[in-house]
Amino acid sequence: MTPTKTPPSSFDEFLDGIWKQNPIFVMVLGMCPTLAVTVSAVNAISMGLATTFVLGMSCMLVSMLRSAIPKQVRIASYIVIIATFVTVVDYAIQAISLDLYEALGAYIKLIVANCVLLGRAEAHAAKNPPLPATFNALGMGLGFTLGLFMIGCVREILGAGKLFGVALFGDHFQPWVVMVLPPGGFFVLAFWLIVFAAFRHFGNKRNAQLQGAQP
Amino acid sequence: MSDAPEISTPSFAMVRTLGLVSVICGIIIVGIYQVTLPAVNANKKLALERQVFKVIPSAKKVVTYFATPTGIIAAEGQDQPPAQGTIFYAVYDEANKLAGIAAEASSSGYADQVRVLYAYDVEKQAITGIGVISMRETPGIGDKILTDQAFLKNFEALDVHLADDMKALANAVKTVKHGTKTNPWQIDAIAGATVTSKAVGRGINESAQTLLPKLVPHLEQLKNKESPHDPN
Repeated sequence: MTPTKTPPSSFDEFLDGIWKQNPIFVMVLGMCPTLAVTVSAVNAISMGLATTFVLGMSCMLVSMLRSAIPKQVRIASYIVIIATFVTVVDYAIQAISLDLYEALGAYIKLIVANCVLLGRAEAHAAKNPPLPATFNALGMGLGFTLGLFMIGCVREILGAGKLFGVALFGDHFQPWVVMVLPPGGFFVLAFWLIVFAAFRHFGNKRNAQLQGAQP
Repeated sequence: MSDAPEISTPSFAMVRTLGLVSVICGIIIVGIYQVTLPAVNANKKLALERQVFKVIPSAKKVVTYFATPTGIIAAEGQDQPPAQGTIFYAVYDEANKLAGIAAEASSSGYADQVRVLYAYDVEKQAITGIGVISMRETPGIGDKILTDQAFLKNFEALDVHLADDMKALANAVKTVKHGTKTNPWQIDAIAGATVTSKAVGRGINESAQTLLPKLVPHLEQLKNKESPHDPN
């Protein structure tokens, strides 16, 4: 927080959610859908996009109404707004594909309880104008989608020998069934968390070295 | 924010805001419901037909009925059966003849409800095929009920004929240990997936016990229809 820092542009706000504040790998929020629906890449992307839509729309509406909502009733208002868009997504997915609806199951409705959403509404959208708030929310949503997708790909490839439903290996491939079971979700999440933590660790180290070289 | 003195908000403002938010959200929800309703219904119908065609390959047309203790009534586009009613599907072939009856059976398996659709053959008084509607059984173990040929053979002619008083099945459908099937009303379980196999047997037994006594006495009503009324 240097005083000379200019206010971040909308694009920076957008990128924040994808990398610097990635909801899954950095903030470790919204673990319920992360572990539950990432058995295949398609499920992961659908869940991610559904969450992105809810995030973007609810943050836009929260931001538009931010001066009209008294502090005392803000949480109730945010939850009503979030629940509305979750219902919208719920109907939309039913209209698009019932198979997908069955695969995602109760987790579509559970988007309401995803802490990424209330967190964004409370920490960002309630304090910023609609445009940056929406950009930030969309970035967060895409970061969430990316995280789900990275977990979903690994689990589908190892657990079913497929990617997007297309078989990758020959008949001799024996799927690692554990990968599509709940423990596999934890294993793959832990693997990606290690990778991200390593990136950050070595990145910080290099920055420190560079600063040390030029005092 | 916490340092600033608490600004008291009039109660009316709070009520007004919550009311306003609710009205906006209400309009959005009702709007999207109306917009998606036709597509959702079309999807549901398609999914049902796909399932039915799988268990009764000669099917051409599916009509939804409710079996009640007093007789059979057409669903006429309704979703929920009346009290003590059971939903079933009368399936007609190309020549508009009754090809069979399809109904849903569900019971709790290893992970969640196992829902199957079974085909009932009117002439043989037997179940002649099953298809899975939904399940979350363990991949590689419980989901063998979809693929295991020996298990599916149980449902080529699973005997469900009614007792003489037409009140219940003559022999309850029962899942038995792998390799011990001796009677046509028994289901030979998959070795290693007994819980799921038993769920299928239990579901079918429950469904057949409630549906068939209400359905079989009125079968003529379904057969005699030269051109079955299509509610859609």
